[in-house]
Amino acid sequence: MGKGLPVLTVVAAMFALWYAAVPFMNVKETLTGLERAGAVVTPDNPIERRDLSSFGLVFGNSFAIPATYAQDRPRLPAPHQVAQDLWETTVLKNVSSKRSLVYHGWITLSATLLGFAIGTAAGILLAVGIVHNRAMDMSVMPWAIASQTIPILAIAPMIIVVLNSIGIQGLIPKAIISAYLSFFPVVVGMVKGLRAPDAMQLDLLKTYNASQNQGFWKLRLPASMPYLFASLKIGVAAALVGAIVAELPAGGARGLGGRMLTGSYYGQMVQIWSALVLAAALAAALVLLIGIAQRLTLKRMGLS
Amino acid sequence: MAPNANSIVISANALDLTFQTADAPVHALKDVSLDISQGDFVSFIGPSGCGKTTFLRCIAGLETPTGGTLTVNGMTADEARRARAYGYVFQAAGLYPWRTIAGNIKLPLEIMGYSRAEQNDRVARVLDLVELSDFGAKFPWQLSGGMQQRASIARALAFDADILLMDEPFGALDEIVRDHLNEQLLALWARTNKTIAFVTHSIPEAVYLSTKIVVMSPRPGRITDVIESPLPKERPLDIRDSPEFIEIAHRVREGLRAGHEDD
Repeated sequence: MGKGLPVLTVVAAMFALWYAAVPFMNVKETLTGLERAGAVVTPDNPIERRDLSSFGLVFGNSFAIPATYAQDRPRLPAPHQVAQDLWETTVLKNVSSKRSLVYHGWITLSATLLGFAIGTAAGILLAVGIVHNRAMDMSVMPWAIASQTIPILAIAPMIIVVLNSIGIQGLIPKAIISAYLSFFPVVVGMVKGLRAPDAMQLDLLKTYNASQNQGFWKLRLPASMPYLFASLKIGVAAALVGAIVAELPAGGARGLGGRMLTGSYYGQMVQIWSALVLAAALAAALVLLIGIAQRLTLKRMGLS
Repeated sequence: MAPNANSIVISANALDLTFQTADAPVHALKDVSLDISQGDFVSFIGPSGCGKTTFLRCIAGLETPTGGTLTVNGMTADEARRARAYGYVFQAAGLYPWRTIAGNIKLPLEIMGYSRAEQNDRVARVLDLVELSDFGAKFPWQLSGGMQQRASIARALAFDADILLMDEPFGALDEIVRDHLNEQLLALWARTNKTIAFVTHSIPEAVYLSTKIVVMSPRPGRITDVIESPLPKERPLDIRDSPEFIEIAHRVREGLRAGHEDD
């Protein structure tokens, strides 16, 4: 419970800021709608209103503030509007419906999990190679770093198109983009972790005439565990971002990325926010799960 | 000298070790010759940079001499290492934090392929030897520094090598714990009849423990004096107040001072 109060304080502050911003963001459209419905707004000329700042409009038409929280297509939806949309699209909709966020969330999550698994495996294998092979040590890391300097938005469509042309589509291309983002923190963390044992520890194994294999399984791998879990937490969040970005050029409007894209096409800000909130919740849940796995593993190893 | 000190276990002849560094070569060891017999307790003492640790690492096959000959159990040092001829105790205990004390002692046994039953037998035996029988299931962080170092000695004893190489094993411990461990180490040596090579920078420790004290000095690292101790094998802690003890300590101190004069 020690962390509860600070976290809640921050959340409350964010909600307060959010609610305070809504009238200013939505006031122009709200006033246009109210005027059309016969209300008297100041100034009553749409052209004059356009030139006035949001602040002037809100303070000149304070009666309209409640209406800014209840727009059908708000520029900035209020938190309760997002919550209501989330409720409707997750709980009330059948999960097989194309309008269900659970359906879209699962599409993104499955690509995330597959991509994360591929990325983690690739990351660990590369790290093992870097630590044990001099040629890989000299050559792999610069490329791994270079790979992360290319904007994923630029490379994702290429991967989708190239794989599509050889008949691979759906889950796999998205998982590959996901893996592309998530392998990197695992490589960096595992190289550091596998090199964590000091010279004395390595000398000790040498006095036992231990093989390189034994050194890996008995010393390097266990020593790398704390580093691995730290990397996995970063990697899984990156994998989710990768899966969402991969859904943007994939078309078909499936997955959370698809929801965000169609939301922006049709000016459905509430839909975008719902998808965003769900994506954030998924990321938090995944990081939490890895945190639990970390605690259990390190506790079993006597490291925490 | 120990009664069964007839067979030579470690023999160094005109040993040289020069490290090539960027500016000038460093003579870590120069013309070091020494024989260590079965059952000896040999201490290496000298200021830092005198090559005492380097010499121990040469015996262990962790460093390769650039000149001279060195045999351990009649083999080269590297062959002896591969034959697991010695247990090595480092200055830090270096226990794996993710293994229990028993698990740490099993480490060399697992690597050397002992059966599970044999591993458990040996762990129980060496834990008893260092008086840690009740601590096998504990993790290293639950033990004091002195107990951790005892566990690391148990780990070095577990596979029954005849030679024990110890590199300032008690250097990081306080005086009282060190006295206690010195006493225990002597008892353990008497019971197991191992050959022990022991690096230290404490004169009382060297004199109290050893049958043979090797005084070394730096630049280049070399042996300046070898003192055969006339003290009996049975040594209570208060032997340190006896005239013989004080006389040997004096000779060691003189040797160390002589090594420093040509600085």
